[in-house]
Amino acid sequence: MIDEQRHITTPEGVPLTLALAGPVPRAVAYLIDACIRILVYTVGAMLLSPFGGVGWGLLLILVFLLEWFYPVWFEVMRRGQTPGKKSLGLAVVREDATPVDLNASLIRNLLRTADLFPMFYLAGFLCMLIDSRFRRLGDLAAGTLVVHLHPLHPQHKETPQAIPDSGDSQAPDWPLTLADRHLLLDYYERGPRLTPARRNELAQLAFPELGDAAAERLDAAARHTQGAN
Amino acid sequence: MRQQQFEQAHNIFWERLATTLTQLEQGKRKKHEDGTEGIDQFADDYRRLCHHLALARQRGYGPALVRRLNALVLRGHRQLYQYRPPLLPKLRAFVRTDFPRTVRQQWPWHLASGLSFVIAMAMIWLLVAWQPDRIHSVLGGDTLASIESMYANERGLGARDSGDDMLMFGYYIYNNISVAFRSFAGGLFFGVGALFIMIFNGGFFGAVAGHLVNIDAGEALFTFVIAHGAPEITAIILAGGAGLRLGAAVLAPGQLTRLAALREAARSGMPVIYGVILLLILAAFIEAFWSPRVLPAGIKYSVGAACWALLALYLGLAGRPPAVAREPSE
Repeated sequence: MIDEQRHITTPEGVPLTLALAGPVPRAVAYLIDACIRILVYTVGAMLLSPFGGVGWGLLLILVFLLEWFYPVWFEVMRRGQTPGKKSLGLAVVREDATPVDLNASLIRNLLRTADLFPMFYLAGFLCMLIDSRFRRLGDLAAGTLVVHLHPLHPQHKETPQAIPDSGDSQAPDWPLTLADRHLLLDYYERGPRLTPARRNELAQLAFPELGDAAAERLDAAARHTQGAN
Repeated sequence: MRQQQFEQAHNIFWERLATTLTQLEQGKRKKHEDGTEGIDQFADDYRRLCHHLALARQRGYGPALVRRLNALVLRGHRQLYQYRPPLLPKLRAFVRTDFPRTVRQQWPWHLASGLSFVIAMAMIWLLVAWQPDRIHSVLGGDTLASIESMYANERGLGARDSGDDMLMFGYYIYNNISVAFRSFAGGLFFGVGALFIMIFNGGFFGAVAGHLVNIDAGEALFTFVIAHGAPEITAIILAGGAGLRLGAAVLAPGQLTRLAALREAARSGMPVIYGVILLLILAAFIEAFWSPRVLPAGIKYSVGAACWALLALYLGLAGRPPAVAREPSE
């Protein structure tokens, strides 16, 4: 099964769910970072070129530093987030979800060269497709993951979408298991984003006898489960 | 407890903790509206939040609530368990002991890397010395012309001004450290990348040296390269050795899994990489500001020999435990 979630246990003994980032958001973050670097080079070239050899020497050092250490600097100083990753809500973390240290960050960014092989990150991309946690070669060697920090679903952000609290609540007519509860509440929270027809279709799985009134009945059951009175 | 009661009871606490986390993430410390600093009880609050997440999962509360608490716990986790060691004291210990010790510890790999460099250099050098025309099958015409104009020309090196020195300094930093990093990373592919870079660079230097000796410009080359060659060639070879270790870990992991062996090789090879960076910065300084100066050959050779000797002493002896206990008095 392809699962973009990874479950770890914190030292407090709580299961913590990480949402792993796949190749696409990571590539977008990479492109944003690349654009920022190109911008800095352009400005740097304009400022430094009047100084002749000294200017070009400094520019080469700037290029060297940014090409190799731009990600390392941000990952170590900003808890795993380069500007590109930050704008997409991604972060590099160690496998226990703590921020990366200098060694790990340097390993994964030096081995970027291996991921680039032979061109356009082909080796890294293949490695991410094969690996169950979307790690490229550098991540494998450094023991790091790239995760989505905030939302597991981008629509939700931090607070859940406003669910209509009003409406009657009525107990479901079958004993709920924990899995049933999750399913029911998931359905209820997704409700506002579904078309009425689709909602009804889903609700009829629970109340086939009610026909078009099934959605209303299932919402009531969900409200009851959630604790409205 | 029903989910809504649970949310009503703790919502203020969660929002407050989110504010504290935002402040911590931005590196600012502000007082809360009620005059307390969230930071004081952050650890306690975080434990309480973990408890809430465990409860929410156990009681089967809605996915949105679990997601919200999960995201908060993740943020807290990243704040609480970050570790930022002071860098400067580490740097001193690193230069004095860690770097030379690691190099000595991993000597077979650095020896292998060094041998591949030296053998490639010697073979091409001998080939060119023996059959001078063969140089054209090793180096292209343009490369050959630019090398000849640099070393065989009276004014080639002496005519640089300080701006050129700075330009070349930047170029050496950019080019040489990138080559070193690439030979480390290239080692990941079963050592092939690292070996290739060692053989290529060794062969290139052998070809240049052999050719310049043939056209009687050997002294210009050797007086130029001898000083900075010590840190530069050593650093490239060390980076190649670290790369070979990576490849060997993937090829022959021994008792470990391949992944564990790769991680171990990468992590334990990092001191060498830090050392390589320092050596190459040093080499770039020497190469840009000392090597192009035109001085009597004797001086250049002496300084160069001193560089090699100091580096060999440093890598061979620095960081060894004091030898007091070794020789008992009579």
